Amino acid sequence: MTKHVLHGWGRTAPSVADVVSPTSEADVITHLATSAHVIARGLGRSYGDAAQLGGGLVLDNRSLRGISPVDADGLVTVGAGVSIDELLSVTMPLGWFVPVTPGTRQVTMGGAVAADVHGKGHHKDGSFGNHVRSMRLVTPVGARTVTPEQDADLFWATMGGMGLTGVVTEITLQMRKIETDRVLVDTDRHKNLDSVMDAMLTGDVHYNYSVAWVDCMTKGASMGRAILERGNHATAADVTELRLQGPTPPKLAVPFNAPSGILNPLSIKIFNEAWFRKAPSHEERAPKTLSTFFHPLDGVKDWNRFYGRKGFVQYQFAVPDAAGETVTTAIDRLSSSGVPSFLAVLKRFGAGNPGPLSFPMPGWTLALDLPVGPSKLPGILDQLDELVLAAGGRIYFAKDARLDPAKAAAMYPRLPEFRRIQAQVDPEHKLTSDLARRLELIGK
Amino acid sequence: MDNAFGQPQNVIVLGGTSDIAQAIVKRLINQRARTVVLAGRNADSLHAAAEQCSQWGATAAPTVVFDAEDPANARATVTAAFDAVGAPVDLVLIAVGLLGDQDADENDADAAARMAAVNFSWPVAALAEIRRRMVAQGTGRILVISSVAAIRVRRSNYLYGGAKAGLDRLCEGLADSLLGTGVTLQILRPGFVRSKMTTGLKEAPFTTGVDEVADVAVKGLSSHKRVITSPPVLAYVFALLRHLPAPLWRKIE
Repeated sequence: MTKHVLHGWGRTAPSVADVVSPTSEADVITHLATSAHVIARGLGRSYGDAAQLGGGLVLDNRSLRGISPVDADGLVTVGAGVSIDELLSVTMPLGWFVPVTPGTRQVTMGGAVAADVHGKGHHKDGSFGNHVRSMRLVTPVGARTVTPEQDADLFWATMGGMGLTGVVTEITLQMRKIETDRVLVDTDRHKNLDSVMDAMLTGDVHYNYSVAWVDCMTKGASMGRAILERGNHATAADVTELRLQGPTPPKLAVPFNAPSGILNPLSIKIFNEAWFRKAPSHEERAPKTLSTFFHPLDGVKDWNRFYGRKGFVQYQFAVPDAAGETVTTAIDRLSSSGVPSFLAVLKRFGAGNPGPLSFPMPGWTLALDLPVGPSKLPGILDQLDELVLAAGGRIYFAKDARLDPAKAAAMYPRLPEFRRIQAQVDPEHKLTSDLARRLELIGK
Repeated sequence: MDNAFGQPQNVIVLGGTSDIAQAIVKRLINQRARTVVLAGRNADSLHAAAEQCSQWGATAAPTVVFDAEDPANARATVTAAFDAVGAPVDLVLIAVGLLGDQDADENDADAAARMAAVNFSWPVAALAEIRRRMVAQGTGRILVISSVAAIRVRRSNYLYGGAKAGLDRLCEGLADSLLGTGVTLQILRPGFVRSKMTTGLKEAPFTTGVDEVADVAVKGLSSHKRVITSPPVLAYVFALLRHLPAPLWRKIE
């Protein structure tokens, strides 16, 4: 057991905890039994403080290994510490893809469950939890197999439950059959936000995957100009060369923290301009590898170091369709404030799942990366919270590092239900995290 | 918990009725602070300050009474304040201080000892207990109110300036000792501030009000700066003044 400084992917608000690496369910049971406060951690891709616990015990679960053979129906049982990257490198050559992947492959199965991650296919496929058939969960009152059929309350509370209902050690996941390792991608440049949102509302239904990259640094008539990428898995008939190759490791890395401020309004404008111009104005059925389509940022290892010592926050919210103007207002406020923001990611969400803390809800979701530093940024985000809340929307806990606890409770009206289920498996409140404390998710 | 922008939620103020501390707390409550523990000498003034905090939006503002002339109570005072929070403490603001009356105090052993106790010994004792608790938390921040008077001690207030200098230098070492613990310490060095502490005194150049100091302090809290000077220009002024030849230094006093 050694002490480590831990922070999230945004590199803000670090804290120090004891860290151990359990290698079996029995290890996890022992640690839970002998510690006052515990949280699990995977690859540390939550942006804020979800996988850290000042003064407590952090279970670094990357040593919970194991990938079973994929059965004929596509079911695979995977250790909680296995990443999507590792799973794909085994299953893709066999023709099985993960049903849901976020923008990075570097998340563990446990982390994917805790955040109930979503991807570019949410409008068709839902989130990660929709594809988990069962899991082993170690709670302070014992280890058990949890399924949506036999223990629905605990199962769904765990999906998006930020690790507060127990420590996931293994999951059984329904994989997706693929014939090739390519996605046929249609790309369109849109000159402003209204244009791209219209296109998504009317056309996303024809695609399994859809994402828009929105420029938050342009104002006026071209405010929110965007590149819309949509695609479907290529079938054997679509390609000349039949290939099923797993992901490739990154070729580039950021070896040290860049000076804070290297990402400033000017440099980001230049980057966004280049990104926008690089994209074709219209392209159809361009075959892309799964890695380049789903995980563009995985091509650069430790890219978060670009933001320097002060780090950055990601602001991601979801609002119902009726509140589409919240997306416009958010981008308008940021672009007119001069607060630098990289390309924002805009997506449509389909139906949510029964998880009381699961983030996705039908409508829109927007995610923005914002460097910490500008003194008006905290206030601007607080005001955006008000808008999101008034629209009946919410903030994604896996990205959050600064939300007000009262607003968190208002955005997740089923929080009391979550607390009740949580208290049944953790009566002594052993499971907590810096995030849970900050947002008062399970009370003090 | 502290958030990504350095906005604390649980705050302890030692010297809770200080004007500067109140102005800082007002701004912190306007951000994320909800539980604010005020510790100080006078129960009535503390309750008034706590009432004020509640009006600003604090959901809890318990008080702890202590006497800063007796360092023996520092551990118990800090313990009571942490207990009153009942969760990890994000920020401890040390605003304990006594300006004294140099002319009356400088030949009075008891008064001189009192100046050293309030401005140095008590905060040092308290810092030991705060350090222990915060390192165990693995998170937390400490803001110590020092003074530009600590940069170079003057003849006209050496009892105050000397004690603050001791505290200020000690905190530099203490801050270094915290590297890698998840805990940080920052030093706030205000210039002359118009407040109840300085009522009736002749104002020095670069005098500010408490609101200006509080603005600078809260901005400094969201940065990682070791030393926060208010107004910021005084950092440069004193960088020169501290190296002035002594005869010249005495002359400009």
